[in-house]
Amino acid sequence: LKESKRAVNSLRDIVDDDDDDDLERVSWSGEPVGSISWSIKETASSRTSSLEGRDSSLQKGSSSYAAFPKQVSSYSLSSLFKGRNKLPSFQCLSDALSDTGVKNYAPELRRPKAEYKDYSSDWSPKDTVRRMQRGKVCSLERFRSLQDKLVLLDEAVAGHDGNVITAVLIFLKRTLRREILFRELEVRQVALCHLIHFLKETGEQKLLLDLLRFLDRTEEVALSQYREHLNIQDVEKRREFLKGCIGLPFSAEDTSHIQDHYTLLERQIIIEANDRHLETAGQSEIFRKYPRKASILNMPLVTTLFYSCFYHYTEAEGTFSSPTNLKKTFKIPDKQYVLTALAARAKLRAWDDVDALFTTKNWLGYTKKKAPIGFHRVVEILQRNNAPVQVLQEYVRLVEDVETRLNLATKYKCHDVVIETYRDLKDRIQLTAYKCKVERGSAEEEKINSILSN
Amino acid sequence: EHEVEKMFTLKPGRLPQADVKNIIFFVRPKLELMDIITDNVLREDRGRSPQRDFHILFVPRRSLLCEQWLKEQGVLGSFIHREQYSLDLIPFDGDLLSMESENAFKECYLESDQTSLYHAAKGLMTLQALYGTIPQIFGKGECARHVANMMIRMKREFPGSQNSIFPVFDTLLLLDRNVDLLTPLATQLTYEGLIDEIYGIQNTYVKLPPEKFAPKKQGEGGKDLPTEPKKLQLNSAEELYAEIRDKNFNAVGSVLSKKAKIISAAFEERHHAKTVGEIKQFVSQLPHMQAARSSLANHTSIAELIKDITTSEDFFDNLTVEQEFMSGIDTDKVNNYIEDCIAQKHPLIKILRLVCLQSVCNSGLKQKVLDHYKREILQTYGYEHILTLNNLEKAGLLKPQTSGRNNYPTIRKTLRLWMDDVNEQNPNDISYVYSGYAPLSVRLAQLLARPGWRSIEEVLKMLPGPHFEERQQLPTGLQKKRQHGENRVTLVFFLGGVTYAEIAALRFLSQMEDGGTEYVIATTKLINGTSWIKSLMEKLEPAPF
Repeated sequence: LKESKRAVNSLRDIVDDDDDDDLERVSWSGEPVGSISWSIKETASSRTSSLEGRDSSLQKGSSSYAAFPKQVSSYSLSSLFKGRNKLPSFQCLSDALSDTGVKNYAPELRRPKAEYKDYSSDWSPKDTVRRMQRGKVCSLERFRSLQDKLVLLDEAVAGHDGNVITAVLIFLKRTLRREILFRELEVRQVALCHLIHFLKETGEQKLLLDLLRFLDRTEEVALSQYREHLNIQDVEKRREFLKGCIGLPFSAEDTSHIQDHYTLLERQIIIEANDRHLETAGQSEIFRKYPRKASILNMPLVTTLFYSCFYHYTEAEGTFSSPTNLKKTFKIPDKQYVLTALAARAKLRAWDDVDALFTTKNWLGYTKKKAPIGFHRVVEILQRNNAPVQVLQEYVRLVEDVETRLNLATKYKCHDVVIETYRDLKDRIQLTAYKCKVERGSAEEEKINSILSN
Repeated sequence: EHEVEKMFTLKPGRLPQADVKNIIFFVRPKLELMDIITDNVLREDRGRSPQRDFHILFVPRRSLLCEQWLKEQGVLGSFIHREQYSLDLIPFDGDLLSMESENAFKECYLESDQTSLYHAAKGLMTLQALYGTIPQIFGKGECARHVANMMIRMKREFPGSQNSIFPVFDTLLLLDRNVDLLTPLATQLTYEGLIDEIYGIQNTYVKLPPEKFAPKKQGEGGKDLPTEPKKLQLNSAEELYAEIRDKNFNAVGSVLSKKAKIISAAFEERHHAKTVGEIKQFVSQLPHMQAARSSLANHTSIAELIKDITTSEDFFDNLTVEQEFMSGIDTDKVNNYIEDCIAQKHPLIKILRLVCLQSVCNSGLKQKVLDHYKREILQTYGYEHILTLNNLEKAGLLKPQTSGRNNYPTIRKTLRLWMDDVNEQNPNDISYVYSGYAPLSVRLAQLLARPGWRSIEEVLKMLPGPHFEERQQLPTGLQKKRQHGENRVTLVFFLGGVTYAEIAALRFLSQMEDGGTEYVIATTKLINGTSWIKSLMEKLEPAPF
């Protein structure tokens, strides 16, 4: 790629033309060359005779039709730079339309009326469907008996034309009792799918749910109803709605998710009200230092957990806004919890809290650092939050894989860790080489020297 | 010739000024577009003179649903003419046709709405009217069967369509997208495929970040960088692009540098031109050379942009996991990289592509693994995504393993889908398009030509939907006798979408010596994994703030 780039750039000097990229070629009328309007005018210019004798008038302010010159040849670049011709131009093409000589260019918009209306009254269902497929409007009213209607539907389905099927279904929806319609559709899969799609598209929720219930497609009923919550903007109403969704016939797994959704929104409403109060009262330090950029309502669970670890970290498990409460209520796995808490505390530069996250006391009372995630991940997150080297170093030290540990330590200049690792590996060469990376006369240099001399 | 004065893009609000009598809305039959049109019509100043008439042209067919919608908004009467313009298949290149129907997959496989299949059949009828009846039809999948049935029925119902054109196509191969759910999920690795994955190619145009395309003129001080994205057209009319589009990205650099040498040498010729005749000849070549230089400049910049992404750690990690799944490694347990990505809240579509890929490569996930992923996704991205996950399950992309059996290893081995010894520079097999994975759909096409599907009956049964063969009668005298060495022409129609990588793979087969078959590709939509999954996601309300 570098070779190619070099060639391209060197050629720029030789090819001293204008780059197409930044020059927009414009014709004398102001139209960009190559644009549709320009090309239309170009083609228009080939009709010379009938347009002579018109007033030539220049720029018409409001109309986008500036006067344009009539070229002798179309599409030749040289002709564009010849300057304005003496040949007349005209103000707008709609004037030209009234000129009789041009009428035969107007597109045929009119079609005989007979094409549209269906005046005959005895097309069979099959033929009616056939005509509808060809786009003719047909009145279906004369199909009165159930028998006829069903034949019509079956013919429509056999024809595979979605429009026709929909048209027939609209007719049946209007003229059949609901139970009968549902019963007949149950044994006609294709028509049934069409109707369901149609009801979804047009938002006829009630009829859709009735149909699904009739078909015992209970899970679909549940999901379809649940989907409606997206249309409810008011949080309280949405909460109520979600509560109502819990009893619906979801699958076992989905039921627990819906339950969680409701519980989460319920909590969020409480937290939001509370925190807004705290914010306006102005007494809470954390809210003063880090004013909230957005409300917590309708945010995902993990986002809510982050928020809670950020603003309510020290609260006891009893409150709705405490992280531990969230963890317990929603059964958040350790891994996710630790990651989120870490991210939040690191952002606040609360290094002691970070420390506490990973410290556990074993049965002998000794403290030990443990993490359900790799320590290299911890380092990553700390580094992203600009943790000071001393803090970073602690965790780099804990990275299990030696190679990763060395990479990270070198990358983030955790000199002590590098030195210690090389010492443990008994790698004199690397240790000596590392000397040049540390400051002269620093404690680190001393450390290296003392190790090397042993 | 038709006196169209101006063309505007459809936008809500007031229609722009234009001194015209008629305004024609040229639209696809989508309800959202009807809302925009309603807005345009209602805002029209009825007091103005002259009054403008409205008409509406639906592409490819009128839709009762849309007209009903307009009626309910009270604007249906404003339209003097309501017509349709039957544009089913749109040519994208010399060997590529697309209907650009982005909801075809969702409609066919999620909603059992086969309208797009009807349009596909109509498009094929039009093709046959132009290029002759196709004597042999092969297919695999439910939708393929429907389309074939419709074609046969349409032919029967319009006997006058029997024409006397020598058939251009020998074979039509209809393939359901759900026969191969794997391929679109993997990251494409051809040049064109990567452009589409990263920047999205729309109707052969791509919009690129402008910084690398700003000219650096000597002697000009800090010129303002352009802020508008750079728009480029990509098709085979551009010589260089035709050469590199289907190559594996790792092979593109050397082509560009070779081209650079050739172009530099050509420009050097100006020093050798001594006589008037020689100078004249050089000058006449100049436009062509300038175009070549400009083409080289563009693609060097694009290749640099892509390289920045493909050399990133995240791209590498993602690709590694994809390839592990595709070669059958660890598809039955929760994957650490995917978990990490969820924890770091990577874009949801990326996560969905990966978990779906794992599911397809495992013939469905174990219930525990599936539940675990679902829970993590819902907790991280929001519970409302239950709806999308449900759609993915319905489409067969992310589902529990039902039979307790994983068929994928058998399919993979029998069809040789994973090739360890792939050669990206000088490929000898279609697996180069994914650097190791041979697209299942293209393999099926390859094997159909030689030695035929009878050799893979068992595997075909493991893939969804029926497989079949139909023959269409040709009038006597039109039966083509293939000359020795002359290639057969097969039209492959992907029902539900096709990726650029699959197109590249088919083109590779076409130009293989002794391949015996040339391919033309048709589809309902040109897709990539991201646009495909997106079409299956529930439209959710935007965040309330």
